[in-house]
Amino acid sequence: MNDFDDIAMLLLIVVPLAGSLSMMFMPGGQTKETWYFAIFIAAVSLALSLVIFINYDYNQGGFQYTVSYEWLPGPLDINLSLGLDGISAPMILLNGIVLLGGVLVSQTINYRPREFFVLLFALAAGVYGVFVARDLFFLFFFYELAVLPMYLLIGVWGSSTDFGTFLRTKEYGAMKLLIFLVAGSILVWIGILALYAESADLGVATFSLEGLGQLAESGQIDADFQKWVFPLFMVGFGALAGLWPFHTWSPDGHVAAPTAVSMLHAGVLMKLGAYGIIRVGMFLLPEGGDAWMFVLITLGSVNVIYGAMSAMSQNDLKYIIGYSSVSHMGYVLMGIATLDNIGVAGAILQMFAHGLMTALMFLLVGSIYQKTHTRDINVLNGLASRMPVNTFFFAIAGLASLGLPGLSGFIAEFMVFTGTFRTYMPLGILAIIGAALTAIYILRLLARTFMGEADERWADLTDSSPVELSVGAAFVAIIIFVGVWPDPLLRVINVGVQTIPGV
Amino acid sequence: MSPLSDNLELLTPEFALTGLAFLVFALDLFLPEGKKRLLAFVSIFGLIALVVVSLVMLWDEEESLYNGLLAVDAFALFFKVFFLGMGIAIILMSMDFVETRLKHQGEFYGLLLFSILGMNVMAQSRELLTAYIALELLTFSLYVLAAYAKDSDKSNESALKYIIVGAVSSAILLYGVSMVYSTLGVTKFDDIAIGLAQATNVSPALWVGVGLILVGLMFKISAVPFHMWAPDVYEGAPYPVTAYLAIGSKAAAFALILRFVLEGFVPAAERWEQWQLVFAVLATVTMLVGNLVALAQKNLKRLLAYSSIGHAGFLLAGITVLSATSDLPSNGVMFYLVGYSITNLVVFAALISFFNMTGKEEITDLGGLADHQPFLAACLGMGLFSLAGLPIFAGFTMKFYLFTAVANEGFLWLAGVAIFSSLIGLYYYLNVLRQIYIEPTPTGDNGGDWLEENPMLAERPSWSLITVLASGAAAMIWLGVYPKPLIDAIEAASRALMP
Repeated sequence: MNDFDDIAMLLLIVVPLAGSLSMMFMPGGQTKETWYFAIFIAAVSLALSLVIFINYDYNQGGFQYTVSYEWLPGPLDINLSLGLDGISAPMILLNGIVLLGGVLVSQTINYRPREFFVLLFALAAGVYGVFVARDLFFLFFFYELAVLPMYLLIGVWGSSTDFGTFLRTKEYGAMKLLIFLVAGSILVWIGILALYAESADLGVATFSLEGLGQLAESGQIDADFQKWVFPLFMVGFGALAGLWPFHTWSPDGHVAAPTAVSMLHAGVLMKLGAYGIIRVGMFLLPEGGDAWMFVLITLGSVNVIYGAMSAMSQNDLKYIIGYSSVSHMGYVLMGIATLDNIGVAGAILQMFAHGLMTALMFLLVGSIYQKTHTRDINVLNGLASRMPVNTFFFAIAGLASLGLPGLSGFIAEFMVFTGTFRTYMPLGILAIIGAALTAIYILRLLARTFMGEADERWADLTDSSPVELSVGAAFVAIIIFVGVWPDPLLRVINVGVQTIPGV
Repeated sequence: MSPLSDNLELLTPEFALTGLAFLVFALDLFLPEGKKRLLAFVSIFGLIALVVVSLVMLWDEEESLYNGLLAVDAFALFFKVFFLGMGIAIILMSMDFVETRLKHQGEFYGLLLFSILGMNVMAQSRELLTAYIALELLTFSLYVLAAYAKDSDKSNESALKYIIVGAVSSAILLYGVSMVYSTLGVTKFDDIAIGLAQATNVSPALWVGVGLILVGLMFKISAVPFHMWAPDVYEGAPYPVTAYLAIGSKAAAFALILRFVLEGFVPAAERWEQWQLVFAVLATVTMLVGNLVALAQKNLKRLLAYSSIGHAGFLLAGITVLSATSDLPSNGVMFYLVGYSITNLVVFAALISFFNMTGKEEITDLGGLADHQPFLAACLGMGLFSLAGLPIFAGFTMKFYLFTAVANEGFLWLAGVAIFSSLIGLYYYLNVLRQIYIEPTPTGDNGGDWLEENPMLAERPSWSLITVLASGAAAMIWLGVYPKPLIDAIEAASRALMP
């Protein structure tokens, strides 16, 4: 077991990365074989994530599976340090689940499937890397690696949306997404350099998260410095988490992306942003965080309300889900900003819960679009009679997102509300209003799309493919499991949250 | 010590390189037309042998020749190997192009070898006039090379512009040298540092002289506002020469600037602080203008010209923060030079290959390339990502290293500007990438089928280009993932310059 502990983190990154590289050399054009191989890689990744998650010892807490390899010695002092704590453990599990789901439903990718999976696995490796990195350089390295394949994944395999009067091309969506995210990473990069320069001034030049964390804990990092650097991370990482008003890339990007990419992006990648705020912002700049949290929670509540209102007025299924992601990420940001142990734990649980339900929704919408070639809820109707299982799954995902007790969204949102009420009462009320708005747009979507008489033209429509339905069933099972028995996740999350300074 | 007592053995690689160039010229006279390809092989094997000879003979040497005019140290050795290696790659890239599109092949390789000699001496020289002569040896070869496509108006225009601008900048440089000499009475770098540090009442002539020297050097690296010549020259010159301009001459000029600043300025700490601001402003303007103007380009060569101006700005930011206490900035500049050169080699090799097949050089001509030439497309795509500074390629690590050095020396704002300029760069690199992977194949010039009009697009690239592409791409990823071996070498090189 100890041998496994030593290489577990490395494997987590290397498996998808090696999959990506070896696929480059596979013969092109063999759609089926490529897909099988991709499933194999994703399944191994998920198995690894699961084993690692289960073996995480929550009684002991802290970073586990730690390894460190020297990469560049001083004065830069960059090490490939990896490890897993209570905050990242659920995240790698989420990534494993969504990755396998995404690969499975990519059966329909017929155009250059090899290149598609090469990029998809590079992205997955980047996501894993961010969650397990304990060094600022590598955190940023993997962060960029996760963002980089997006442009091609959306630009080549995505779809354009015709709004009648204008066309939102996939190239537009891809470029907008990348420019926003890289603009965000500029701020992150400047923040990282500022932190390094500060640590060099203090005589211990380092990029290590622990080293910098110790400086922060002992109060050596100047409070004024923290106050101007924290917003760099808040906005920079926040852009990826869909922080209002830097969220506009998110609906456009998600709509243009192919199903698997939407799933991974809304399901996991947006969580990188929130994770970055916790891991870098709150751990390294606690005083800066203290000073800025009221801004973050205010913006987060704007996210909740604004995202929900926008979702209500959309007619495109994917835009509705895209804006609902913006709204739900608002809860995550609010939960983080409460600096309250229940609120922050709720935020992390919400990251997990939202990742699953939004991935499920994108999967189901992808399947509908594949068959009907439209996502307009004014055109679609009565699908329940034609696609009963798809409808059932969609209803579950929708109900989870509006916070129905017994499903994963409920407990997470409830914890965020509790945290908010304990700290910023008025905003807590706004958050609950947001949940009510969620109910409106979800029910509107369900009613328009699935209920009522089915149109003549949907007469020959059949239910989603067996692969899609089994993936959907697995996601539904996990959503219910987490809703009914969140303890396995929460006890891990809680030991992670306890280590955050200032919570 | 009389000059004759110097250990001239240490200059063996330079003598041998001169011999190799003359050998190529001589062989050219005897080889019949159609066998000229042999000359390329002679040059390549000669260069490989020289790399080995340099490494074996000069390893751990630390000497100053001719009373301190030429240095034989780790820094010079590092750049020597770097330039020789680059020469090999450039010759491999040029072979097909030269054979099919240019006349007088022998002289092409001979001139290339002479320019490499010039670069090697530039990295060694510790004195202004020696540096000047080496610089002229490099640029004179380049003037001829830029004009090599004799029948092309563009090439002639390009060469003429290059000669005029080059001559003017050399004159400015020389004038600066004379003014420095007239005030300080010295031309050696370390003597200049002493003179600068001791001068209590600095005469304006000294400032003007130093300023003029810098202006001359800024012309050579095409820093804004002395960059106007670059896009025109790059566009008109034959493709391999453009590549050579963007990679070789720029790297050599930076090697010279590194030594000049580290030996001639940095020891005079107070004076250097004043000049740092000048460099910071130059760097800022160069990064922003280079990257912003690149946005509007439609021609690939012009795009790469402006992109290389932008990269010169990043390197200047590194020059700005050179310091006597930390070797981080000089390491960063050298790392960036190597990474940037390798990346650009890959990009140019892919574009030259495309040009050999089609004769086209507009960005929109790349449409559908991924369908016809997946290998070229993949290499070009990786190169563009690397230029944009994204992992897992050299571009990311070199930028991170350099910008960290800049921030660490108290120029966080400059690092911020540099990072912002990289974002602008990302946009136009992605636009090229979009052509390759997303846009459909264009229609042919005569309205016909693109592939039928360019039948060579269906063939494989030549083995020489594939060699450069594959090894370049591998090196790019290696530097992006594990640059430590290179950094170790660089640290040894920059220790030679640290006071």
